Order: sequence, then structure tokens, then C-alpha cells
Amino acid sequence: MSIPSSWYLILSAVLFGIGAFGLLVRRNVLVMFMCIELMLNAANLAFVTFSRSLNDIGGQADVFFVLVVAAAEVVVGLGIVVAIFRRRSNAIVDDLSSMKG
Amino acid sequence: MSALLASTQTLPDLIVFIVGALMILAGALGVIAWRNPVHSALSLVLTLFGIAVLFIEQGADFLAAVQIIVYAGAIVVLFLFVIMFLGVDKTENIRQEPLAGQRFLAVLLVVVVVGSIIALGSEAHWVGGAQSTVEKLGLYDNVTALGRAVFTDYLFAFEATAALLIIAVVGAVVLARRSGTATSDEELPTLELEDVDEEEVL
Repeated sequence: MSIPSSWYLILSAVLFGIGAFGLLVRRNVLVMFMCIELMLNAANLAFVTFSRSLNDIGGQADVFFVLVVAAAEVVVGLGIVVAIFRRRSNAIVDDLSSMKG
Repeated sequence: MSALLASTQTLPDLIVFIVGALMILAGALGVIAWRNPVHSALSLVLTLFGIAVLFIEQGADFLAAVQIIVYAGAIVVLFLFVIMFLGVDKTENIRQEPLAGQRFLAVLLVVVVVGSIIALGSEAHWVGGAQSTVEKLGLYDNVTALGRAVFTDYLFAFEATAALLIIAVVGAVVLARRSGTATSDEELPTLELEDVDEEEVL
């Protein structure tokens, strides 16, 4: 348990950056969801690191709630994706422009 | 870097950290680089396992178990189920970018964001204020400490997550139901115009 906290935080920031890049670049809705999961996991890693370095269980309790919210988000998001697929047969976000003014 | 290496960490901790970090980074790069969504989902599993390894390395045993069960066991399976169910495992053409200059701007934005996170983090003074208002880590083992925190200080948030899960389940059922009110509203006009006057008169 003696790895410096800064290493974990840098790793967390890099993981967040990779997820953000994928979310900005990819076009498939499901892959974009996975990139959101990457960013949530980066935040979780930072929470646990601060929980260790500040000697406080609160960070781990926060990770617990982030896990619950992530599960709910995935369930509702994939429900929306399934509902969209009823109308059209691909998962490319560029085609979902029917609300454009 | 050499000062960090020469500090007090033991070699097994360093090996575990490096292995976990490599798992995380390789999986994350795989998620955004595979053209097939199924391969992206399997790379996501690798990243989640790496996160769990680093949770264990930092003493968050319960969260590591929950990470495996909830993320790798439920969320990724849900992803794979939707991919198979919808038949969208077509490969996406990554070579061409749909908007000109989009990747360059995305790289620029990510570099700025990550650089500012690291810069701000290295400048900040991480003191916890009133140290450990909830629970110190060393008093109990991990599961006991987390349970005491969740069921005492975070009880309202815990109840709110219960309500959130119920709402999410109901919402998912409503969204994914095939014979909803929305589809019956759309089929109504065709019934009136075509089917009714032939069948009903006879």
C-alpha cells in the first residue's frame, strides 16, 4: 500500500482522457456508452485513491453510489437504444438527427 | 521519478500497480480502437478487472468484489446482450472521420483537460479539512467500515439509490416494451382506413 497517490491520480486522469476521446470520436452508440463507463471508472479510481490518502471511508461510500447510478444509467440508456432500434436499423449517432431544427 | 522509485514502496506493490495500470490502459485503448463493438465490450472487461486490481491494492476489498460482480458480471453482459439482440456487431469504419478535423480537435481538448487536471492536482494541497468526518479506515475492516458509513451517515443517499433503482427498472420496462401505447397509436389510422370497411360491413 505504499505506491504514491499521485501515480493513481495520473492513471485516473489518463483513463478519463481516453474515455473522453472515445466519446468524442466514436459514432456507435454502444461504444459511446462504454466510453462513459471508462470515465466513471476513472472517477471511481480517484475516489478510492483519495479515500486511502485522506484516511476516510467516505470516498469508498461515494464509489458505492457511483456504481448504483452507473447501473441505472446503463439500464435506461440501453432501453433507449433498443427503442431507437425499433425505428431504424443502425446505431450511428449521426443519423439520429430528426430533432434538428 | 527516481525519488519516487527510491521511496518506501515494496516491490510486490509496484508490480501489482504496473500490471493493473497496463490492464486498464490496454483495455481502454481497446475500447476506443476496436472496430467491432463486441471486441470493445471485451476490452472493457479488461479495464474493469484492472480497476478491481487497483481497488484491492488500495485496500478497498468490498468495492473490488462489487466492481467485478456489478460491472463485469452485469453491465458488460447487458452490453453484450444488447449488441447480440440488435445484431449491431457490424464493424464501424474508423479510418475516415465524418467531420473534418474532428479527431485533431478531440485530441486537443483531451490534452487540455487531462493536462489541467494533472496540473491542478499537483498544485493543490490535499488535506481533508476536518480529517475523517465519517470513519477512519483502520478502525474496522473494509466491509464493516463501509457498511457503517453507508447505513449511518449516508443513509439518506442509500434510500435515494433504492428509489433510483426502482425508477430505472420501471423506465427500462416501459422503454423496451414492444406493445406499448405508442405503437398502438400509430397503427390506429391504418385500421380505420383500410381494414374496417371491408370486414365490418360483412
